[in-house]
Amino acid sequence: MIKIEFPLNDRDVLKTLKTGDTVLLSGTIYTARDAAHKKLINLINENKPLPIDLKDIAIYYTGPCPKKENMPIGSCGPTTSGRMDAYAPTLIQLGQAVMIGKGERDQNVIDACKKYGAVYLAAAGGAGALMAQSVKECKVIAFPELLSEAIHLLKVENMPLTVAIDTSGNDIYKR
Amino acid sequence: MRQIDIKLVENAIYELCSDLCINMPADTLMLLENALNNEVTEHGKNNLKIALDNAKIAKEMQIPICQDTGMVTVFASIGQDVHFTGGSFTDAINNGVRKAYIPFRKSVLSPLDRVNTGDNTPAVIHVSLVEGDKVKLTVAPKGFGSENMSALKMLKPSESVEGVKDFIIKTVKKAGSNPCPPVIVGVGIGGTMEKAALMAKHSLAVSKRSEDDQIYNLEQELLDKINDLGIGPQGMGGRCTCLNVFIETYPTHIAGLPVAVNIQCHCARHGEVEI
Repeated sequence: MIKIEFPLNDRDVLKTLKTGDTVLLSGTIYTARDAAHKKLINLINENKPLPIDLKDIAIYYTGPCPKKENMPIGSCGPTTSGRMDAYAPTLIQLGQAVMIGKGERDQNVIDACKKYGAVYLAAAGGAGALMAQSVKECKVIAFPELLSEAIHLLKVENMPLTVAIDTSGNDIYKR
Repeated sequence: MRQIDIKLVENAIYELCSDLCINMPADTLMLLENALNNEVTEHGKNNLKIALDNAKIAKEMQIPICQDTGMVTVFASIGQDVHFTGGSFTDAINNGVRKAYIPFRKSVLSPLDRVNTGDNTPAVIHVSLVEGDKVKLTVAPKGFGSENMSALKMLKPSESVEGVKDFIIKTVKKAGSNPCPPVIVGVGIGGTMEKAALMAKHSLAVSKRSEDDQIYNLEQELLDKINDLGIGPQGMGGRCTCLNVFIETYPTHIAGLPVAVNIQCHCARHGEVEI
């Protein structure tokens, strides 16, 4: 089991991850799904400042449930990543290092992983209650009007993930 | 004529939705346990273990199994000797959904301008009138990772059963890792375009294999062929791509052969209550 910590001390650590490896991820990551990606891309197209610095960050594609009392977050499993394929290469080009989600990606995303040394990590789809156990803190930091789809900052500990696409472009979903 | 207070309908929907989003139904759990026993790949076994652990955590902590607590579909089978009192039937269903979803994610919005309704209503309600004085409510909150992978095709009659099988298998293959496999496949064959889609959805909400031998055998054949695709749990390769196949049929027109495939993720949440 490989451990990685965000923020990354050295981005080159991502090159050591190989498709099929299991990873425990800790540290600070962001959430964003369809609506937040669209807003980020619109800001980029308009040359406006972004609410988050994309450099070397990890984005988790999830829209959490409301939290129960005494819990930092509600159930928060991954959503289908393919819907972010239209946006992901642009964010990777601008610095994003890691995508976390579930399901296959298109060739443009795979090419962006190779070109910029990014990786795509798969979380277990449907496992919202289990994934919530690794989240220790959660706060909304951008686009609060998007409710569950807002950008949240998460502090996570030992989030269980599988390397789905590595920096060489190997793809766990290819058969 | 039997009088039924509409509050009974609201409460039944509230209780079913509240329960289903948190507690994995026993039949789904059993299918996942069987899948784990039959799985051969390491990633496959690991993903099935995670699914089972997740169901356990959700139950213990009383939190949703999956953050996509879905859009609610209700099949209401209403006895024609029933008279509802105290309000509208549609409002009662939506009030039950609204109340149940207070602690869950609100995933329902207007389709084009994407404005959230804020309370996960409206539900999709299908009413049928039957003999008697009972009301049966079959409820399925369903996420859209799998719903998005569903498909419908109006086949030519010449394509016959081979064309039907081919379309179903191709639809599951195309869905690949996206609908959170192992999936459950609901199929409607015959009727009209919308009847085929309704049967596909209904078969998932009821989750019972056919009592007709020919259809039962077709379900089994498709289950085996889909598992031969090798997609595996979470699409990372393996033996267990599909947990079950349910088919409903209806007479159709001499010129047509409609087939609808509704794909269900492994968090198959469905339940039924009779009033």
